[in-house]
Amino acid sequence: MPIIEVDQLGKSYGRTVAVSDVSFSVEPGEIFGILGPNGAGKTTTVECLVGLRRRDGGRVRVLGVDPDVDRATVRSHVGVQLQQAELPERITVTEALRLYSSFYPQPADWRELLDALGLAGAARTQFGRLSGGQQQRLSIALALIGNPQVAVLDELTTGLDPAARRETWQLIEQVRDRGVTIVLVTHFMPEADHLCDRLAVIDRGTVVALDTPAGLVGRLDAGQRMRFRPSRPIDDALLTDLPEVWSVTRRGAEVIVDGDAELITAVTATLARAGVVAERLRVEQASLDDAFIAVTRHDTRSEEGSR
Amino acid sequence: MTAIVASRRSAFGRLVRTEAVLFGRSAGMVLWTAVLPLIALIVIGSVHSLRRPSASLHGISYLDAYLPILMIFSLCMAAVNLLPPTLALYRERGILRRLSTTPVPPSRLLAAQALIYLTVALVVAVLMLVIAVAAYGVPLPHQLPGFVLSLLLIAAATTGIGLLIAALAPSAKAGNAMSFIAFFPLMFFAGLWIPRATMPHALRVVSDYTPLGAGVRTVQASIAGHWPPTAGLLVLLGWAVVACLLAARTFRWQ
Repeated sequence: MPIIEVDQLGKSYGRTVAVSDVSFSVEPGEIFGILGPNGAGKTTTVECLVGLRRRDGGRVRVLGVDPDVDRATVRSHVGVQLQQAELPERITVTEALRLYSSFYPQPADWRELLDALGLAGAARTQFGRLSGGQQQRLSIALALIGNPQVAVLDELTTGLDPAARRETWQLIEQVRDRGVTIVLVTHFMPEADHLCDRLAVIDRGTVVALDTPAGLVGRLDAGQRMRFRPSRPIDDALLTDLPEVWSVTRRGAEVIVDGDAELITAVTATLARAGVVAERLRVEQASLDDAFIAVTRHDTRSEEGSR
Repeated sequence: MTAIVASRRSAFGRLVRTEAVLFGRSAGMVLWTAVLPLIALIVIGSVHSLRRPSASLHGISYLDAYLPILMIFSLCMAAVNLLPPTLALYRERGILRRLSTTPVPPSRLLAAQALIYLTVALVVAVLMLVIAVAAYGVPLPHQLPGFVLSLLLIAAATTGIGLLIAALAPSAKAGNAMSFIAFFPLMFFAGLWIPRATMPHALRVVSDYTPLGAGVRTVQASIAGHWPPTAGLLVLLGWAVVACLLAARTFRWQ
């Protein structure tokens, strides 16, 4: 049974429609990604999930309850890490953790969280003096302090350097391994690709794709590209004759071959038969980035028509 | 059920304690609400001539005139000048928003903040009274219940105004400016620059209807041994109720 169910969620602010038709469900133990360009309605969607905003339409169930009706259940069992939610400048890490743990009926051990999030060394440091990465980890710790069944993390690694980002990802996987279901809001593709079991791509208030990261990439008919330097000169025709090959271009000594999903097998077999070695071979595939661009590409004419 | 109530209570206790520690860490706030008003009292009290009845104040001394004004200064500083920017900053930084996702509603943080500022200011007011009585021979208020009631109503009125500013301020910076702008007329009519006794009649009538003018009036009366004038108490109550209601209606949590 899904732990979160969203069915045709709608929310407007005055005349501005933020979310018009969002549906998805999240299974227990999943890391579920909500992806989308800026202003697509991601944050509004999660705000409706955690009871921060009342929806205008549709049905939402979190842990079996309606967050608009039973806010208490949602607040006790869903941990939330919000975008741009800070703490008072002068509060220390320990004080913040102890304070927030007093809010929940069955809190996690804050000392354990301090260690798990690598904040033990900064326990007595004031929030204003923490590094960006430490502030972010404290924010995650506060989302986990209530021993939640679901953790909602919005723009988790924005502003972190690559090393801190990797560490945070590891952390999220550890949290999931403890049995916490995670809803991750992001617009950063490598993060979604690395962490998410499944994801919903939201664009202009509606879900435009709902799939695994690999499934989303697989939907693209983008094909593959090989680059290599042949060990001896070859004729383009050798490759262009293959049905799997779409085009062959050359850049200096390098040959670039584009083709369909079977491209690599066909080309390597042909080269082997001709006794040519493909040196410095590189294969490029469509990424989640490409898939994301493809599903959220705006048709300018329909955009004008909808205004 | 009782367990939940108990845990809520301990959560509020922890919130008050944490916010009190944060208040203590901010030197500027302690300075303005507690240290400066006390120093001002000690300076006035130490000057012999200011302790003697003055003809220009219609027979009361400058010390008598300024004691209630300084008490009110401390309350006004805390509730109108320091509380709103703090709350506006808490909103701006998303601290109230973060709290909204926990089982403890952000209104508890407002309550904790108001409680701390008021406690500090009321303790300072009592300290002033103790210093004035013990060191400078000011008589204890003959009307202690009236004195306490007046102070509590002033606290309620200033807190209401502070919360209203916090509600209306679009940002912490704006909150700061609005507090600053509100502070001067409030304290002017309280008589910080021209004591009420020396105000022209028309000005004093206006002052009677301002929260702190009414406040000084009621405190002064109770120190002098009379029950505070009902009109003054009603003016304070009115400001408190109207400001609190407006604040509750307009307050944004994010």
